[in-house]
Amino acid sequence: MHSAAFAAGEPAVVSAASGGLLEAVLFYAVAGATVASALGVCISRNIVRMAVWLFISLGSVAMLYFLLAANFLAAIQLIVYVGGTLVLLIFGVMLTSKSPWVRFDTPKLELLAAMVVCAALAICLCIVLSRTAWSGTQQVVAGATVAALGERLLTTYLVPFEVAGVLLMIVMVGAAHLARQEE
Amino acid sequence: MTIGLTHYLVVAAALFATGLFTMMTKRNAIGILIGVELILNSANVNFVAFDRYLGPGRLDGQITALFVIVVAAAEAAIAVGICINVYKNLATVDVDSAARLQG
Repeated sequence: MHSAAFAAGEPAVVSAASGGLLEAVLFYAVAGATVASALGVCISRNIVRMAVWLFISLGSVAMLYFLLAANFLAAIQLIVYVGGTLVLLIFGVMLTSKSPWVRFDTPKLELLAAMVVCAALAICLCIVLSRTAWSGTQQVVAGATVAALGERLLTTYLVPFEVAGVLLMIVMVGAAHLARQEE
Repeated sequence: MTIGLTHYLVVAAALFATGLFTMMTKRNAIGILIGVELILNSANVNFVAFDRYLGPGRLDGQITALFVIVVAAAEAAIAVGICINVYKNLATVDVDSAARLQG
């Protein structure tokens, strides 16, 4: 059973700040930054500004992971998502823009319809989420996540781990082919 | 005020809705990709929040979020490659202009 499998000898420590005022203040600040920058992404009409707002949003999500006691995942989010995927997107923006002022505008009716649909979805989700009775535990377990994650990746999740390796190799070959020079 | 599971799920729902709006309304292909990244991040926040609140120590949610990050990076790489090729051929990344296969 993996339910109580920590790294050998690591006790489950109840964090001193769990449920305190500091956690609440930090959560609201980080969550506010995440939602505000996501709104900035969808409101901006300049593609470069959208990328910058996405950078702030991804960084705030990494802070959320830190608040959720997922330290390794937060570091991976900063390294891979912000430092890799976002840089890739910015390269794509750089290589596919003719002039900084060219803007593709969507018709106002489509914008309104999309806004109604997304707002309705968000409101319905929030209503359902607040009414569900989650059987949650409040105890923060500060174990050695890196060692435990590594142990899981090589035992329970070995097949997805290897498939992810094959996927990355395929993507490398595919991207190199897509970016080839035409003779 | 104790921060519970619902708080994180509401943040993820807001991220999902804004990502969906971005995907639906942007005509720039890279803009649509940015919307996809927002949606993937909302799913990841859900995974990690469930992992911390409903099963601390199980780490299944964190590993799933890890694999989602890997697949998102791979998909972003190929999608940007496709966008660059579209730009080479059509001189624009407007998705409404790339309609040669339509009909």
